[in-house]
Amino acid sequence: MVFLSNLVNGISLGSIYAIIALGYTMVYGIAKMLNFAHGDIIMVGAYIAYCAAQYWGFPPILSLVVAMAVCTILGITIEKLAYKPLRQATSLAVLITAIGMSYLLQNLALLIWGANPKVFPAMIGVDTLTLFSGQLAIRGATIVTIVANIIIMIVLTLFTSRTKLGKAMRCVSEDRGAAELMGINVNTTISLTFAIGSCLAAVAGLLLCSSYPMLMPTTGSMPGIKAFTAAVFGGIGSIPGAMIGGILLGVIEILGKAYISTELGDAIVFAVLIIVLLVRPTGLLGKPMREKV
Amino acid sequence: MKKILALVLALALAVSMMAVAGAEDLTLKIGHIGPQTGAAAVYGLATYRGALIAAEEITAADNGVTVELLNQDDAHDAEKSITAYNTLMDAGAQMIVGCTTTAPCIAVGATAYAERVFMLTPSASSTDVTANKDNVYQVCFTDPNQGSASAAVINERKLGTKIAVIYNNADAYSTGIYQTFKARAEELGMDIVSTTTFTDETTDFSVQVADAQNSGADLVFLPIYYTPASQILIAANAIGYEPTFFGVDGMDGILTLEGFDASLAEGVMLLTPFVADAKDDLTVNFVTKYTELYGEVPNQFAADAYDCVYTLVEAAKVAGVKSGDAAEDICDAMIAAMQQIEVTGLTGTMTWSANGEVEKVPTAMIIRDGAYVGLDS
Repeated sequence: MVFLSNLVNGISLGSIYAIIALGYTMVYGIAKMLNFAHGDIIMVGAYIAYCAAQYWGFPPILSLVVAMAVCTILGITIEKLAYKPLRQATSLAVLITAIGMSYLLQNLALLIWGANPKVFPAMIGVDTLTLFSGQLAIRGATIVTIVANIIIMIVLTLFTSRTKLGKAMRCVSEDRGAAELMGINVNTTISLTFAIGSCLAAVAGLLLCSSYPMLMPTTGSMPGIKAFTAAVFGGIGSIPGAMIGGILLGVIEILGKAYISTELGDAIVFAVLIIVLLVRPTGLLGKPMREKV
Repeated sequence: MKKILALVLALALAVSMMAVAGAEDLTLKIGHIGPQTGAAAVYGLATYRGALIAAEEITAADNGVTVELLNQDDAHDAEKSITAYNTLMDAGAQMIVGCTTTAPCIAVGATAYAERVFMLTPSASSTDVTANKDNVYQVCFTDPNQGSASAAVINERKLGTKIAVIYNNADAYSTGIYQTFKARAEELGMDIVSTTTFTDETTDFSVQVADAQNSGADLVFLPIYYTPASQILIAANAIGYEPTFFGVDGMDGILTLEGFDASLAEGVMLLTPFVADAKDDLTVNFVTKYTELYGEVPNQFAADAYDCVYTLVEAAKVAGVKSGDAAEDICDAMIAAMQQIEVTGLTGTMTWSANGEVEKVPTAMIIRDGAYVGLDS
């Protein structure tokens, strides 16, 4: 029973990583850039939801919608101001810009909301599910996160494979130049990708803080890095891969802490990543890379 | 023409005489270093604000002492802290209040030791801060002091029989307290049944709390800051685990944590030198001013920094410091003065030993009805 309860805790943490990883993988898969500011957009989303609920008295759903709207606009703005001018630059330049953007967002949040941490209010009205006569408890936030993960994964997969815009995204991902020749507006497509990624970040922010209710300007950074690890683990660019990678990472982290050592929890996570990448360089569900000679 | 020249000379003489007469007034230039951006910003902002209130009070009291507080941000980074220190020294600082956090304080302390600059830290509580440096003094308790005092209180009052400890192994403060707590607890024959750790990046505390519960601990010792402590309280509540929680000075602040359900902190015990709810005039005056200026209740960091500035002024008077004295010329006199003075401030009545550690009495408090009260009341 202790094992089961650890497993549930692992899935709970993993589902949070998964939902963040979905945003990472989406942007990477299409724009071919690592948006290191993703974790900080999550933090902004959580702050907006917090303000909406605490200060303006909005109901949870409306708070989420407001956070999604603000994050979408923020994502598009960041893309237009910081990343678009670097479209032709080396990937290293874009990466450094993204890291800079991450610090900018963190410090702006520090300026606006202050350094004092805030405890996120309970927004998810789903009750804790108890099994085996109370020996195993699954929190409502965990259930909602897992359901949200599955829905988002299915919707994203359908969107990219069935709709015209989604197909355009895949074209841009495959060959930007050829897509442009075929009449696809590459800039709009990439902006749209950022809009979707940032909108997902708002959802992830609310779910992250509902499960682990501590909100401060650095809240997004470590889960962001872990989720990035999860995305690489599952095969970056692959939507189901992000989900599986996230959940596995969470389970490994919790079980490692519970049965090996709390001190080595994070070390175990990253050691597993290294081993997976040595055996399967493209991640669990990543497409095998063909060497062009 | 000569008359005019004589007049001018006479005037100049008069002015310079006045300047000499005014020289008994003391203007102290004190530099403050602490993190005001980044993850530890809350502590540096608190110490700066506390120090600023003290500096303004002393200056406004109009009894011949003017305190000029210079401020630098170190973002809780040792290298930035050295830069901050150099900037302050270039600006003419005569002594330092700082650094707020331990790691930067150790780094700056070494430089200040070599350059003979007197430092009084409000809150860097590791023994490494003062070790082998005669110029660094503390206003806060040292970590060992807190750890062994906590073990003694728990044992004396029989607050728990099986003890779990959850500490931050990435933090010198938390690890320092844990080690002395463990040593003292073993001496006293106390039973530590579970020891788990976390780091600053930890989001999930379920494993640590479950381990304490499964080991049957009836008291959980939390030598950590209040932010992770609040998460531990929430995680324990989620699984219906209700031991006695015992914290140290870092626990102060948990009641004012925005959005935190303070009823979860009911019954939490802590050792702390300062509580904002105390009813003495000094505390009430400080808390009122701080709340008016910054819109929040001051924590013990702010109180420690406030005491720092008063202590420095007191020591400077005893040491016979003059306005404009260079930092390296007054350092030794300040060190000698620190060992003579006794200062009563917000955090109690303090004296200092030659190794720079403060002596004051920690009070055991318990949270009852959303307020700190003495354990005996």
